[in-house]
Amino acid sequence: MSKGRYGVHGGQYIPETLMNEIEKLEKEYEFYKNNADFKEELDTLLREYAGRPSLLYFAKKMTQDLGGAKIYFKREDLNHTGSHKINNVLGQALLAKKMGKKRIIAETGAGQHGVATATAAALLGLECEIYMGKEDTIRQALNVYRMELLGAKVHPVETGTMTLKDAVNECMREWTSRVDDTLYVLGSVMGPHPFPMIVRDFQSVISREARAQILEKEGKLPDIVTACVGGGSNSMGMFYEFIGDESVQLIGCEAAGKGVDTDRTAATMATGTEGIFHGMKSYFCQDEYGQIAPVYSISAGLDYPGVGPEHAYLKDIGRAQYVPVTDDEAVEAFEYIARQEGIIAAIESSHAVAHVMKIAPKMDKDKIIICCLSGRGDKDVAAIARYRGIDLHE
Amino acid sequence: MSRIKNAFDGKKAFIGFVTAGDPSLSKTEEFVLEMEKAGASLIELGIPFSDPIAEGVVIQQANIRALSAGCTTDKIFDMVQSLRTKTQIPLVFLAYANTLYKYGYESFCKKCSEVGIDGVIIPDLPFEEKGELSDIAVKNGIDIISLIAPTSEQRIQMIAKQATGFIYVVSSMGVTGVRSEIKTDVESIVNAIRSVTDVPVAVGFGINTREQVLKYTNIADGAIVGSAIVKIIAKYGETAASHIYDYVSELTKGL
Repeated sequence: MSKGRYGVHGGQYIPETLMNEIEKLEKEYEFYKNNADFKEELDTLLREYAGRPSLLYFAKKMTQDLGGAKIYFKREDLNHTGSHKINNVLGQALLAKKMGKKRIIAETGAGQHGVATATAAALLGLECEIYMGKEDTIRQALNVYRMELLGAKVHPVETGTMTLKDAVNECMREWTSRVDDTLYVLGSVMGPHPFPMIVRDFQSVISREARAQILEKEGKLPDIVTACVGGGSNSMGMFYEFIGDESVQLIGCEAAGKGVDTDRTAATMATGTEGIFHGMKSYFCQDEYGQIAPVYSISAGLDYPGVGPEHAYLKDIGRAQYVPVTDDEAVEAFEYIARQEGIIAAIESSHAVAHVMKIAPKMDKDKIIICCLSGRGDKDVAAIARYRGIDLHE
Repeated sequence: MSRIKNAFDGKKAFIGFVTAGDPSLSKTEEFVLEMEKAGASLIELGIPFSDPIAEGVVIQQANIRALSAGCTTDKIFDMVQSLRTKTQIPLVFLAYANTLYKYGYESFCKKCSEVGIDGVIIPDLPFEEKGELSDIAVKNGIDIISLIAPTSEQRIQMIAKQATGFIYVVSSMGVTGVRSEIKTDVESIVNAIRSVTDVPVAVGFGINTREQVLKYTNIADGAIVGSAIVKIIAKYGETAASHIYDYVSELTKGL
């Protein structure tokens, strides 16, 4: 069995052209992750530039309204660039710089990872090119312009379903044509080893902070930790430091779209099967011959037919549960948290909020839920308005 | 002697690629026979995949055409079975790892062996991962064709030592597709391979002219042409057979 395994999942299923580069990346990462200067530099960037630590916010009104468990939000939406993506991107972009790369490329779905990557590139003086499904460039037009403002070149991807998976395809193709001066800054805990590990490590700052914060505020661990799952980066970051705490239940919320019993869904854990794609063995939405299924969700960031290999493993061993949340439920949660707490959360994060709304009322008042608000929802306002039949465009 | 060995025995090999099922499986059968008539000594059949990450635009579109026409792995096996009654030309699949994995490695290899497939090229199954398949392939008499890239460097000999069938040297960085110029020092890669194995070596990616075919069959044992043939199919569709014949005849002249 090769490197980077999580149970049977993971591995390095990539073209030979990339193998030396991937091995080099792994070696460099193993060196720098323990290098004091690198750690100090990254820490400073996270603190002074990204605005860490992010708040652990007690949602008092929501808690009262739902009448059950105490609800805390880990406010990754308050980070610079508006989502958790910056945590990983600063780490990888800094690594790219140390490796002597001049250029970074990245895929993006909702545009959050693209914006974060373009931001880090601007800050660190790297060239930046972003691949984004054409469908998503339309859904998230504002983010496209934002990336361009930051000096990145955005390539609309017109192959396949023109969404996130196609953006990843195109990024991998681009990387095979130019590895010497380019690092692929992968946005989620997916792809070939070492990416799932690197992204998880950089994102685990979320749970490292949250664990200390809740112990300080409540003097005990939470009962439930929940987050949305597309590829799974904010959820892996939110889960990671709690994995060893057996009393803490981990729940990933995936995008059911119109429902898991329809073909308009992106719920990989509920409907997918084991496969090999995008460099990893994991669960994928696919047909009997292994053709990757066109998936759907209202959320461009969760609109992905696979899931990171470590999540697949956490599911296999029963350490984490994964639940589907529909478009309707997510939109209701999007509106609910805005009215209750004055927070416009990303439609991605709203999937996790929707699940909190389902479970909190059934829990005792001394129980605690931490939910990751992975991003802010400004980018989604126009799309939600249209969902509600209001003809609003950015 | 295996059919693949035979293709390289005492001669330089021209290897032609088509995506199976583009525009239909009956046409694929016809195209293979035309290529053989025109001097091809081995045929690579692409199993269409929804997300072929190693392919350029030309073959990506062929994959979409084939899948839209309803092509599946099982239908391809049926086509190959029928084709085998008409020719003994060596046939290898170009398939993505998920196609084999989802079919089941055991079932896939067994089926290949039954219908007369000689080998399989898997662009996203590098040396480190092929262990999960290789014993099953060997047991069924199927060669896993190893790929060596311009970036392989110190990996070349490790890969070459375990290679079976033939070795596919990727001439260029990036994805499949026609190129006007190939910058890689293919000769030194071939030399590094030859120092550890006598498994035949074929060069592919970007090859589309007779000059290139002559050049690379001179350096190595064979040349692979894919996108240029697929382009002809994209242009002529159902009536591509005679155009493929003319093109392949031109490329194989003097081999």
